[in-house]
Amino acid sequence: MTLSTEPLIRIERLSKQYEMGGETIRALDEVSLTVLPGDFLAIVGPSGSGKSTLMNVVGCLDTATSGDYWLDGEEVSRLRDNKLAEIRNRKIGFIFQGFNLLAKLTAYENVELPLIYRGISVKNRRQQVVEALRKVGLEERMNHRPVELSGGQQQRVAIARALAGNPPILLADEPTGALDTKTGKEVMNFIQELNAAGHTIVLITHDISISRQARRVVQIEDGRLSEEEGQPV
Amino acid sequence: MNMAQGLKMAFKSILSNKLRSLLTMLGIIIGVTAVIALISLGQGATKSVTAQVQSLGTNLLTVNILGRGTTNTLTEKEANALRDIQGIQYLAPASTSNASVKYSTKSVDVNVIGTNSEYADVREYKIASGRFLSQIDLDFYQKIAIIGSQSASDLFGFSNPIGQYVQINGSRYKVVGVLASKGSTTNGSNDDVVMIPLTSAERIFKAKGVRTVYVQVATDKQIDSVVGGLNTALSKKFRGNTDSYRVFNQSDILSTLNNVTGTLTVALGGIAGISLLVGGIGIMNIMLVSVTERTREIGIRKAIGAKKRDILTQFLIESMALSGLGGILGIGIGVGAAQLVSSMLKMQVAFSLNIILIAFVFSVLIGVIFGMFPANKAAKLKPIEALRFE
Repeated sequence: MTLSTEPLIRIERLSKQYEMGGETIRALDEVSLTVLPGDFLAIVGPSGSGKSTLMNVVGCLDTATSGDYWLDGEEVSRLRDNKLAEIRNRKIGFIFQGFNLLAKLTAYENVELPLIYRGISVKNRRQQVVEALRKVGLEERMNHRPVELSGGQQQRVAIARALAGNPPILLADEPTGALDTKTGKEVMNFIQELNAAGHTIVLITHDISISRQARRVVQIEDGRLSEEEGQPV
Repeated sequence: MNMAQGLKMAFKSILSNKLRSLLTMLGIIIGVTAVIALISLGQGATKSVTAQVQSLGTNLLTVNILGRGTTNTLTEKEANALRDIQGIQYLAPASTSNASVKYSTKSVDVNVIGTNSEYADVREYKIASGRFLSQIDLDFYQKIAIIGSQSASDLFGFSNPIGQYVQINGSRYKVVGVLASKGSTTNGSNDDVVMIPLTSAERIFKAKGVRTVYVQVATDKQIDSVVGGLNTALSKKFRGNTDSYRVFNQSDILSTLNNVTGTLTVALGGIAGISLLVGGIGIMNIMLVSVTERTREIGIRKAIGAKKRDILTQFLIESMALSGLGGILGIGIGVGAAQLVSSMLKMQVAFSLNIILIAFVFSVLIGVIFGMFPANKAAKLKPIEALRFE
């Protein structure tokens, strides 16, 4: 990592507050975080620590109450819904805990979906989808529907979907949460391979043993971040 | 996301829930079927009634003499005097009596019409063989007859009637012409008829004058002025007693009939339209359920970059496809039902491409209108809340 590289994610003094039952909850309290290209960052924290909120804000699914968020050189903390959808489509590849594949669509169609929303032509789509499925080793099963695939395979389809549009960041939310230990390990190995191949990865988990596989670990507690290893935040 | 992609997605979703889709479409199917079938039958009825009225003759006026005191007819001279009115093309006084007509051993009871040479033109009769009446037949009280096609076959079978003699109330009449078949109208057969010169008719039936005068107007623009002229002349003859005669205007009858059938068509269409509306509400209902069921799907789609517009079009296309498909099925069933009814009840049926197109466009439109609310609801879902939905 060279300091001259422009950070992919730069979060400064970001806060998110909820009103709940007349009480203000500070889910994120002036959080600052920088992620450089090629990083493999794990955010660890128990439930209720604000890690889901952080993941939603980083993933542009939610907006912050105050503070700044630069994603790939763009200030995104105050954007409107449609613009955020575009950012999600182009810059972020989501890997969810429950896979979140569409049950009615085949593996191929699931991977194709973000490219459709990006407005890519049918011909180019085909090429990119097949390539993404080849990367996760499911080229032969592309016409299978999620129910016909194992949990590990489903998660790999989800990873292929995240990879298909070639986004600068992969955002994984408890990617092994719904898998048994062995498959979970396989998926984690695969994510590490992706990082080795140059993908920037932000991993969110409550499992310390999983977070150890990341290059950097950040702990979140009561809406505040603290760096465990590597350089300070 | 383009249209083809959206349609593909919509049909996939419709097919994945076949029974529900069919039940949802049922409202639209019934509505469109009703619209197509009822309007086609209504237009068919209008068409056949119009054809019947027009078969009486075009631009036809009928003068009926009801009478005042002892004068309850017009003499031939008075009737022919009406010819002076501007715009009359043909004028045929007619006196109709029922009589038995005999040929050898066969006998038929028919209407014997005493009239003049213009009757065939006014009533649009064609001569099949021989000739029609001419003025000279009237002048010389000729005992000749022209017989209708049905009467000809009743009396003569397959042999040629021309030159044969028939007995009308005991007098011998020579058949000089046979009329071409004209078919039946609501007034009975036009082919069960015998025509003789008016002057001969007055003698044989011992009745002076005529009670009916048929008038054909040259152009339809002159109808009103001719009606006015007839009224003036007749009013003079009957000294202002307008109850003693009546002038029927065929186009009046036609427009009244058209009004009635038109109103009927609109009423039927309206009822059918209401059922389409109910079908639309059914679609909205199911689309709302579908949006709730698929909240998670919407969340996923939004998370990976679907914009509001993408979700909105997806659900709109789905409801449009649903109602459009219902419309197409309804058109098919409606055409079939109309044909079935028409063959079973011997009714005429008229399909108009316009109505079919309007019904289809209307059903798609219903999909758009009633799909708008659910689609908008789906598009406005927040991605994090939708993703959290179980």
